[in-house]
Amino acid sequence: MPAVTETRETVEKLAKSSYEWGFETDIEMDIAPKGLNEETVRLISERKGEPQWMLDWRLKAFRAWLEMEEPTWAHLHHPPIDYQDAHYFAQPKKKPGPKSLDEVDPELLKTYAKLGIPLHEQALLAGVEGAEERLPVAVDAVFDSVSVATTFRKTLAEAGVIFCPISDAIREYPELVRKYLGTVVPAGDNFFAALNSAVFTDGSFVYIPEGVRCPMELSTYFRINARNTGQFERTLIIAEDRATVSYLEGCTAPQRDENQLHAAVVELIAMEDASIKYSTVQNWYPGDDEGRGGIYNFVTKRGICRGARSKISWTQVETGSAITWKYPSCVLAGEGSVGEFYSVAVTNNHQQADTGTKMIHLAPNTRSTIIAKTISAGHSDSTYRGLVRMQPKARNARNFTQCDSLLIGDQCGAHTVPYIESRNMTARVEHEATTSKISEDQLFYCRSRGLSEEDAVGLIVNGFCREVLKELPMEFAVEAQKLLQISLEGSVG
Amino acid sequence: MSDFLKIQGLQARIDADGTPKDILKGLDLEVPKGEIHAIMGPNGSGKSTLSYVLAGRDDYEVTGGSATFKGQDLLALEPEERAALGLFLAFQSPVELPGVNNANFLRTAVNAVRRARGEAELDAVAFLKAVRAETKHLSMSDDMLKRAVNVGFSGGEKKRNEVLQMRLLQPSFAILDETDSGLDIDALRIVAEGVNSLRSPDFSALVITHHQRLLDYIVPDRVHVMAHGRIIHSGGPDIAKTLEKQGYTQFLEAAA
Repeated sequence: MPAVTETRETVEKLAKSSYEWGFETDIEMDIAPKGLNEETVRLISERKGEPQWMLDWRLKAFRAWLEMEEPTWAHLHHPPIDYQDAHYFAQPKKKPGPKSLDEVDPELLKTYAKLGIPLHEQALLAGVEGAEERLPVAVDAVFDSVSVATTFRKTLAEAGVIFCPISDAIREYPELVRKYLGTVVPAGDNFFAALNSAVFTDGSFVYIPEGVRCPMELSTYFRINARNTGQFERTLIIAEDRATVSYLEGCTAPQRDENQLHAAVVELIAMEDASIKYSTVQNWYPGDDEGRGGIYNFVTKRGICRGARSKISWTQVETGSAITWKYPSCVLAGEGSVGEFYSVAVTNNHQQADTGTKMIHLAPNTRSTIIAKTISAGHSDSTYRGLVRMQPKARNARNFTQCDSLLIGDQCGAHTVPYIESRNMTARVEHEATTSKISEDQLFYCRSRGLSEEDAVGLIVNGFCREVLKELPMEFAVEAQKLLQISLEGSVG
Repeated sequence: MSDFLKIQGLQARIDADGTPKDILKGLDLEVPKGEIHAIMGPNGSGKSTLSYVLAGRDDYEVTGGSATFKGQDLLALEPEERAALGLFLAFQSPVELPGVNNANFLRTAVNAVRRARGEAELDAVAFLKAVRAETKHLSMSDDMLKRAVNVGFSGGEKKRNEVLQMRLLQPSFAILDETDSGLDIDALRIVAEGVNSLRSPDFSALVITHHQRLLDYIVPDRVHVMAHGRIIHSGGPDIAKTLEKQGYTQFLEAAA
């Protein structure tokens, strides 16, 4: 789906669905006062009409969070975050933002123009005040997403798939949520996961019953129906025995948000012979050329292959955010289960990324593959950090890791930090790493064939990332390629 | 039109570990429309530098003289603008682009050039048809289109890939920089045929070579002898044969 259509659909849905998130509509109360304390947590839970057990769970997480400290081991630098200087509950409707496009970073607008996004949609993406109200008429005429959404909903329901906002799931499927929530990423797992557990307000819930192959890429439905742009998202995906699902989060169009801190948690659970493919294209606002105003993205993503021969595959294309702290991981508990991690992380200007994965092999004959491509340009800094752990019972387990870094210019940095722990003599772990630069020879060769310098860089970078991009759902791979090129514009010469 | 490619007093140097080194020292050369010229010369005479300077590689600094192509100041153009104008350089050592699919690279290049020339871009089907016709012509396997650009190609395959690009980009002026090096006789014949079939009143070429052998297959209208950054002698195709037998000495002495 081209970026334009997708944006149009997202936009249209947004314009119509400000109240669809389980919020009580109370204009006076659409934003909680700044600050984070038990009262904030209680307010969120109450506003969302949650049962007592959910509130208790949140409060427990909050109390754990109070005892924890922000991790400092990552290769990231940022001013201290004041957790009291933020709103933890706000209706999406009344956001303080730029008054008009004139106040928006012109670089951001240029990017929108390159992606072919019409002006009124640009206003919405950039968070211009009142943009939502001005939208529906223009988009309505073009596309009737309600009917499409209804069709999708019907198809999913017929297959027995549950797919809804997590807030709805807590109310409508409490037994399922209660059974699985926090089982992969416990509330006290780490500082940011604890924070998320206490205050999450958005996110998705997916349940694929036994033997069901989800009849569509959940991205398709998702991008029309939901707005995956919450500050503290919580996503929970469960695939029962022999169930299969492919889920895609994110958007290629750069998105702004007035909330600088983002801390999402994603949990995946795959039962026997089940397969979950989770793809991400992350393109949060990276800040201006100096890195001012960019998003801090601290994410905990983890999946567990509980059943034998189950499979979890993470694919991510990370181009946005000022700071990315993210390690989508797999716990391979089922015999013969498979974990995969395919990643492209691009940093430009003053962006920083510390990202990678953890593959925890608990059971015999488990296999994992890690392909991580890191591209650094400008003054940016990028780190691959990965753990492969072979536990004593992981007989004949295998891992293959390949980390390639591509440097553009001489002001950037790339670091590879592999941790390998093997407690089983029969397990095999392979690690390959390379670092290279785009050479003048390559650029000149392409340009002498008529390609502009930027097209040449795009082509070379996409070639470098090919192994990862081919793992993305087709429609998205094309957009991701375009995105990589745009992210690196102006990085050469 | 005698001023198709016209080079006058061209001087260029390269930064060699901090000290500038003069390589082209006042080179004059004209290649009229529709003619194929050859440049021969010993190692280090500046033949490859000349091809790079004409194609626009920016690690060479032009310190004097001029080069015009179709009446335009060639040296003022970016490499991609020169390509759009009809200039093509077949590299002596074609560059590898890991992960970049060869067919995709070719199509991107063809369409970039077509766009710049105001021609319609080729869609995937039209492009494939065009490329298949050419690969057959050059005895190339389809497999070479699926692989990454020049990665793992043999010397001969790389050169054929260069000729393939040349034929697809339809230049009006091609520079072949030692395209014969690393080719066996069969490959040489195929490559030469690829060039010869482009011969027309609208196509010119500059064939840079060490060996007379290539000129048996691509018969030039004129041969220039290059040494010390200058053209020191020009003449008919016979010069190549003289060079082959007697070496460069007589020309070097005559020029001294």
